[in-house]
Amino acid sequence: MVTTMLAARVSLSPSRVGAVINRNVGALRSGPSYWLVLVSGFFEPLLYLLSIGIGVGALVGPITLPGGRVIEYAEFVAPAMLAVSAMSGALSETTFNFFFKMKYSKTFEAILATPVKPFEIALGELSWALVRSSVYTGAFLVVMVALGLTSPGWALAALPATLLVGLAFGGVGMAISTLMRGWQDFDMLTTGQFALFLFSGTFSPVQDYPPAMEVLVAATPLFHAVELVRGLAIGELGWSLLGNAAYLLAMGAAGLVFAARRIQRTLCV
Amino acid sequence: MIYARGLIKRFGDFTAVDGIDLDVAPGEAFGFLGPNGAGKSSTMRMISCVSMPTAGELRILGMDPVREGPRIRARLGVCPQLDNLDPDLNVRENLTTYARYFGLSKSEARSRAQNLLEFVQLQEKATSTVEPLSGGMKRRLTIARSLINNPDLVLLDEPTTGLDPQARHLLWERLFRLKQQGTTLVLTTHYMDEAEQLCDRLVVMDGGRIAAEGSPRSLIETHSTPEVVELRFTDEVDYTGKLEGIGRVDPLPDRILLYTDDGDAAVNEVHRRGLTPSSVLVRRSSLEDVFLQLTGRTLVD
Repeated sequence: MVTTMLAARVSLSPSRVGAVINRNVGALRSGPSYWLVLVSGFFEPLLYLLSIGIGVGALVGPITLPGGRVIEYAEFVAPAMLAVSAMSGALSETTFNFFFKMKYSKTFEAILATPVKPFEIALGELSWALVRSSVYTGAFLVVMVALGLTSPGWALAALPATLLVGLAFGGVGMAISTLMRGWQDFDMLTTGQFALFLFSGTFSPVQDYPPAMEVLVAATPLFHAVELVRGLAIGELGWSLLGNAAYLLAMGAAGLVFAARRIQRTLCV
Repeated sequence: MIYARGLIKRFGDFTAVDGIDLDVAPGEAFGFLGPNGAGKSSTMRMISCVSMPTAGELRILGMDPVREGPRIRARLGVCPQLDNLDPDLNVRENLTTYARYFGLSKSEARSRAQNLLEFVQLQEKATSTVEPLSGGMKRRLTIARSLINNPDLVLLDEPTTGLDPQARHLLWERLFRLKQQGTTLVLTTHYMDEAEQLCDRLVVMDGGRIAAEGSPRSLIETHSTPEVVELRFTDEVDYTGKLEGIGRVDPLPDRILLYTDDGDAAVNEVHRRGLTPSSVLVRRSSLEDVFLQLTGRTLVD
């Protein structure tokens, strides 16, 4: 169904999508504050990795994966923080920045007076979110390799997985932003994001959760992101990773289509 | 350029545009005159192919906005009522970035931006951010932005609302030059003087309908008299009866208007009848009077 919806928009122009991305590159160039925001988003998961992964990890000791393999606690937490940085990179771009452009600075309204279509705006914004997300994850992977938490080969394998995580959360981030009534609604988003951060198999295996909780967590997106990224980063492959990837892909596509429709509905009236 | 028949726009139960017909020819400067809420902006948004008509027929540049929106918008220049310049970009980048939405190359965008900055006299502000610019400068930049794609048709929604007189005159002068270059202009305004200055032809809109149509001169000739006398009295007496026969009398809350062919003769007659208004003003009839005649209300309160 998603593909037919996408097919209905085949008359996409790459140059117009590129122009939407180009606008964000320009905004990045002219504002020093933007750089600051970008850098701060990278350090947060890194600090968690150092304090909990390595610090608390020294108290916890090694942990046993469901398959029987034993790894260091830091090795277990690091891929989760990688997935989190992909998520927060994509979300910060598609929530705060996207919302501001849609609701306050009327940037999208100005763009819609040109040949650019709502779907092209959404696609350009999502692509830009992926750029930001992969800057975070690329830097984070370098740190992981440097600390011996993954090998360069598995790091390269994990990189596309983090892009998929960015796509999923970027798409849904845009969709949520189109529904936001004002800045106060972002408090809920931040809380939700933090809950996902704590309970998605990030700091302890979901198999240790109560059974009902485990089922609930398995339905949430960051769980699938962590499973996929961790599987690749520590080289623990299995067919279930394809399921995780499919979940994330569907989530990103649905978010993208929904956001484009909402832009059309709210701004083209 | 624009062809509309029975054009309707509804928002839920509210009918913003209630069946209007329009024809705008190439090279023309066409105006929508009317108070707030008359349906001017809704009409403009339909013409700019952002909002779709609820009913009726609309052709822009010979094309159907529903099916060929992007192709039409590629040839339009739109200057919205509220500035939506990009606060994250500087003045020049606002133009070059916008050019890219039309698929122009980087170098073409730069050279057009340079020319347009000169045209709207903002060269010195090229590297400034948008936020510190004055209202007039922002509006000039928005107009420059609307010209970045060399549009065949430029739509200006209340281009001088909220600007001081000096800024308005500079803007009028630039728009007049555009018109002389053969660009088709469509603008909305609730200023009489603006409509008289810029428009070859205009429609007066009220309550979503077209109340009258024609050149500023012909509208005045049809719906008003050549001259108007404005009388103010300090007391609360009803003077309507005492002024009978001098001209058509229109009492407003703060003054009385006398529509007449000869203002000075009318004033003489007022004095001959022994009436002593506290102030007397004889002036040429304007579109304001046309509007008053057509709707019974003043345009800007």
